Amino acid sequence: MNEQIKFIQGNEACVEGALYAGLEFFAGYPITPSTEIAELLSQLLPQKGGKFIQMEDEIASMCAIIGASLTGHKVMTATSGPGFSLKQEAIGYACMAEIPCVIVNVQRGGPSTGNPTHVSQGDVNQARWGTHGDHAIIALTASNHQDVFAITVDAFNLAETYRTPVVLLFDEVVGHMREKLVVPEKGEIAIVDRLRTSVGKGVDYHPYLPREDGRLPMSDFGGDHRYNVTGLFHDMWGFPSNDPKVVKDLLHHLVDKIETNVNIISRYKEHYLEDAEYIMISYGSSARSAIHMARHRREKGEKIGVLELQSLWPFPEAVVREKCAGAKAVIVVEMNMGQVMRQVKACVDRPETVFLANRIDGKLITPTNIKGILRVIQGRGV
Amino acid sequence: MAKKKLKEHRINRDWCKGCGICVKFCPGKVLELDAMEKVVAVRPKDCICCKLCELRCPDLAIEIVEDEGDE
Amino acid sequence: MAIKDYLRERFFPHMWCPGCGHGTVLNTLLRAVEDLGLNKNDIVMTSGIGCSARISGYVDFHSLHTIHGRALAFATGVKLSRPELTLLVPMGDGDALAIGGNHFIHAARRNIDITAIVMNNRIYGMTGGQYSPLSGPGKKATTAPYKTIDNQFDVVELSKAAGASFVARTTTYHVQEAIEIFKKAITHKGFSVVEILTQCPTHYGRKNKEGDAVNMLEIYRDTTAKVGSKALTENPALLGRGIFVDKDTPEYCEEYEKIIQLAMREVA
Repeated sequence: MNEQIKFIQGNEACVEGALYAGLEFFAGYPITPSTEIAELLSQLLPQKGGKFIQMEDEIASMCAIIGASLTGHKVMTATSGPGFSLKQEAIGYACMAEIPCVIVNVQRGGPSTGNPTHVSQGDVNQARWGTHGDHAIIALTASNHQDVFAITVDAFNLAETYRTPVVLLFDEVVGHMREKLVVPEKGEIAIVDRLRTSVGKGVDYHPYLPREDGRLPMSDFGGDHRYNVTGLFHDMWGFPSNDPKVVKDLLHHLVDKIETNVNIISRYKEHYLEDAEYIMISYGSSARSAIHMARHRREKGEKIGVLELQSLWPFPEAVVREKCAGAKAVIVVEMNMGQVMRQVKACVDRPETVFLANRIDGKLITPTNIKGILRVIQGRGV
Repeated sequence: MAKKKLKEHRINRDWCKGCGICVKFCPGKVLELDAMEKVVAVRPKDCICCKLCELRCPDLAIEIVEDEGDE
Repeated sequence: MAIKDYLRERFFPHMWCPGCGHGTVLNTLLRAVEDLGLNKNDIVMTSGIGCSARISGYVDFHSLHTIHGRALAFATGVKLSRPELTLLVPMGDGDALAIGGNHFIHAARRNIDITAIVMNNRIYGMTGGQYSPLSGPGKKATTAPYKTIDNQFDVVELSKAAGASFVARTTTYHVQEAIEIFKKAITHKGFSVVEILTQCPTHYGRKNKEGDAVNMLEIYRDTTAKVGSKALTENPALLGRGIFVDKDTPEYCEEYEKIIQLAMREVA
């Protein structure tokens, strides 16, 4: 049992989660602060008969995992800001061609080369709208290693369920911090395996015709069904089409399969929320400071709590709106210039009660930072 | 090897785009384009079944069918 | 099997222009596959973007029509995750060597068992005739109305330098040679490059006064010569055709299999 308890970095917890979920193929390119994920997988994957490849660039890494997913394998790549920018076209391809894959972005400061060794949460909107064209995406996050592990497993499960790329938006602090991880026993967390078609050899297989439950069974490249995969709009066989109805229906399908399931996909944790008058909304490493602050203030009798988001896209609007309904003020704690705050403002009943507590200088936002902003909001002076 | 004998030029007129490559490079001058700019075998007796037309055709519109009846 | 058994006939006639050499590339490539007696379920064709890339839609293999320049990166993922599959990667010249140049040299460097086919028409056809990294200087294109000043890559030399273990060049005029080269390239264990000169009468030919498809094939006939031939030795201005490299060097997927054995022994 002891070997199931580890004291490791968040990046390593992500690797543990990915292997638990059934990762078989990883392609990547060195980039701070995500490199440990590639390093560890180069060691662990071949031990399990899996494959690791260091590609020539970030774009190639994204393309290679899509190729490997099509042969029936669970796949992942990991990167940070500049690499995430480079991968965007291929992420859009995975959206369009509905290829399950997981992309880890351990966020650092941007834009451009930015602040490579320091924390940021500046890629929230890029995760949503980084690639061109209307589309939907799933992006998940976590603030501690136990959750990093679980949410990584979840990312693979959602990728398979919805045949979509899933982005894991971690950050430098979570990625590099060391803390305890208890690796769950096999079977403790459910795993969603690749749904393969039951259509037999010689029978017409439709790779892009959803079943009644909305899922699209796949057929591995190399198997009995030879079909086409393209980034063009396509019909139910995967062949290119610019028929207006095909185009419109496919776009609706790509967006609806995720947006209409937002309630199923939404992941969040409540900390001291039950009677909270002041609600902090946070995620990733900044949530750690928010939770610490709430715990401290609760001891002093203040009614303050934290709604910790673990899914950022599709944005859990209903959850945020419901949880914040009775709050005197909502303080979004994040390390960017208000990317989640704007989403919160857009979905609560009283946007004028939503405030931003942020830090954008590459340093982790501290409980003291949040406290100072809260005092201003509460009219208690600076 | 026995000399190859032509049975027919199987020409897919729907696929032929009339580029004239087969006509120009046919060693026996067997082929021509018709008024519709589709290839036709006008001198099939001169065909030596080299199949260069079939292999070069960018439209995959020609097939040389050999007569294998009296081998 | 007849060649038509390898086609998705419902998409014919194809979308390429009259006289476009790409159809001949498809034609000869399928003859090679037919001659080798390969099973359709074992073949994955991966392509990028452009006129060339449309070839993957016409073949009854597993087909992966990807994004511009990245076909080899996708193919690397397919191949490494399932090495028993045969990977055919036809690319245009811009696709393979401009936007995809990095993937090209690195796939060659790894010597991963993929057959890369550079369909060289010296122009970007799909977008209407812009110059490519294989146009060479002194050519006309919609983005070079005066003339091009860029030098071109020599695909054979580039592939050799990058580590490809099979390198060949042919043309859409020399179809029997092309079939034999494709067969050898596909059979070869390692990264194979086949550069095939393929005419674009619509854009390149018209802009550069090379005439129609027939005239362009005559140019291929008259300006190239077989490697090792007397003609090529006597006239170095001719472009060499044939097989330039065919060597046994360690193949990437096989080498990775050894890494797996090594890693497994370490944990055992």
